[in-house]
Amino acid sequence: MAPGLRLLRGNVGLMVAPVVIAIAGVLLAVRVGGAEKDFSEASALQWSERLWPQLRRHIELTMWSTFWVLIIAIPLGILLTRPRLKFLAGPVLTVANSGQAIPAYGLLVLLAAWLGTTFSTAVIAFTIFAILPVLRNTMVGLDQVDKSVIEAGRGMGMSRRRALVSIELPLAVPVILAGVRTALVINVGMAALAFLIGGGGLGETINSGLKLQRDLTTFTGAAMVALLALTVDWIAAVAERVLRPRGL
Amino acid sequence: MNQSDTTEPMIRLDRVSKVYPGQSSPAVAELSLDIARGEVLVLVGPSGCGKSTTLRLINRMIEPSNGRIIFDGEDVTGVNPDLLRRRIGYVIQQIGLFPHMTIADNVATVPRLLGWKKDKIRARVDELLDMVGLEPNVYRDRYPKELSGGQAQRCGVARALGADPEVLLMDEPFGAIDPITRDRLQNEFLRLQSELKKTIVFVTHDIDEAMKMGDRIAILKESSQIAQLDKPEHILAYPVDDFVDDFIGSGSTLKGLSFERVRDLELSPYPMIRHNAGHAQARRVLDEAPQRWLLVLDDMDRPLRWVNDSHLDRTDRPLRDLGHPVRAKVEPNATLHDTLEAMLTSMAGCACVIDKRGSLQGVVEIEALTDVIRRLRANARKHYEDENGQSQPTGTPS
Repeated sequence: MAPGLRLLRGNVGLMVAPVVIAIAGVLLAVRVGGAEKDFSEASALQWSERLWPQLRRHIELTMWSTFWVLIIAIPLGILLTRPRLKFLAGPVLTVANSGQAIPAYGLLVLLAAWLGTTFSTAVIAFTIFAILPVLRNTMVGLDQVDKSVIEAGRGMGMSRRRALVSIELPLAVPVILAGVRTALVINVGMAALAFLIGGGGLGETINSGLKLQRDLTTFTGAAMVALLALTVDWIAAVAERVLRPRGL
Repeated sequence: MNQSDTTEPMIRLDRVSKVYPGQSSPAVAELSLDIARGEVLVLVGPSGCGKSTTLRLINRMIEPSNGRIIFDGEDVTGVNPDLLRRRIGYVIQQIGLFPHMTIADNVATVPRLLGWKKDKIRARVDELLDMVGLEPNVYRDRYPKELSGGQAQRCGVARALGADPEVLLMDEPFGAIDPITRDRLQNEFLRLQSELKKTIVFVTHDIDEAMKMGDRIAILKESSQIAQLDKPEHILAYPVDDFVDDFIGSGSTLKGLSFERVRDLELSPYPMIRHNAGHAQARRVLDEAPQRWLLVLDDMDRPLRWVNDSHLDRTDRPLRDLGHPVRAKVEPNATLHDTLEAMLTSMAGCACVIDKRGSLQGVVEIEALTDVIRRLRANARKHYEDENGQSQPTGTPS
């Protein structure tokens, strides 16, 4: 069966989400396009000058912070499940937990005071914020691999590295991907705060709507963030199905 | 040691110990054990006696604290364990098939590690699946979750045989399988082993499985101390101490009868008569013999009826219609266990030994069996007394 067809089977839910998102997007565009706008609204809701660059920046912030989360959290999670470093798992998880416990606003401002108000500062802040779910899921995913499967592999002469790459990681993929999906959605939401330190993103539209008391502007920014979050979540869900090893 | 070069053992454990840090008693203490080429050695003992640890010391899944492991004449105590393990098949109770790989990929694990060519791997996988009774065209591309427990363990055995290792280590391979399937797998395994002649170390806690599978059995007590190491029939006939006696449990004499065959019995004469003889002659034969029953044969010497004194009072009927029909018949290659079972159902308490055509070869009486048991015990005792004289390192009675 072609991969596309196999994907379709039993995954009707996955096909509904993009339709809903598309309809909501069209409705939003029609509503905003047809509304009577004053000067400030017309300027804030300008597509090619404002909304589109902000949306792109928002996506960039999300992608970069998620990228760094993957680069840091997955290898760290692997290291912390190796017998030799297992004793560090507890302390590191505590630190990662506190990373998420610090108020986002506070973390962002603290980092800005230290590193300056740049795009990179925002990415660093969001990376710290979203590490926990991926780190924890990587560790849980590797820990829940049936020990007898690893024992069988090692007992037939697989080296540690080989057992990790061809047994443990593939079997942990579903759990790790669930963590990545969570991190992505967190980052879409967090990126709406990037405007606070000059990082751009759709937060600017929301902010200007709030400041100038223009409900249409606020609503448009918020709705676009929500639609972006849904879209990213959907893409991650598709990736989960595609990358999940067969036979599980 | 009185080992000559021609009978160099496949595996030799030389005073191997395993002590886990923080534990007062060793898991394995100074174990010395030779495993001959082509034999099935069963390690059996109660839970926690260290039998699994001992098995895992051989492929160094557990590193020994002390002692040496000699594999095929080579000291492997210090070699790269990954390379060593590719030469040793390994089957565990949980099977441990890789759930994300097809059956073919599972079976191909070791050949892949050894870098075989694709065509050779593919041919080998099909050969192995065929060997363990999994039709390659049906099962090759399936995933482990689509197999039953018995099929999965067959696949586990095929995987262990992947690169045709000389040695197979099996840790309670049939332990988690239902009794009927287990029995079938054991029989298939014995058939396979009679062709393959691998050197196998087999761990179980089930003494009956040990008796069935093992050429030799090592009964282990705590810290993997060998209580007795011998052929199953010797252990059954002569448990060296109370520990072994308790462990093999009740019915050891009965189990021991499974290893003896009818054709090796010396049968004493039994009163018998042709079916067309007269009643008076029959009574005379019966009176002269010490037995209480008379066996009536047909023209081809096939046993027909059991007749006793009171039956012969019925002079109105021919001999072939008197008494009870003969049902307990065994062939010369039947085990004494089966023979005894037949005797218990027989009216006369005897079993008739017949050849392929059904003609009588002799009659087994209970005395013949008790003689055998006595002889087995005496032989086993003598075997141990001789060994004691030569001060063998293992398996001697304390």
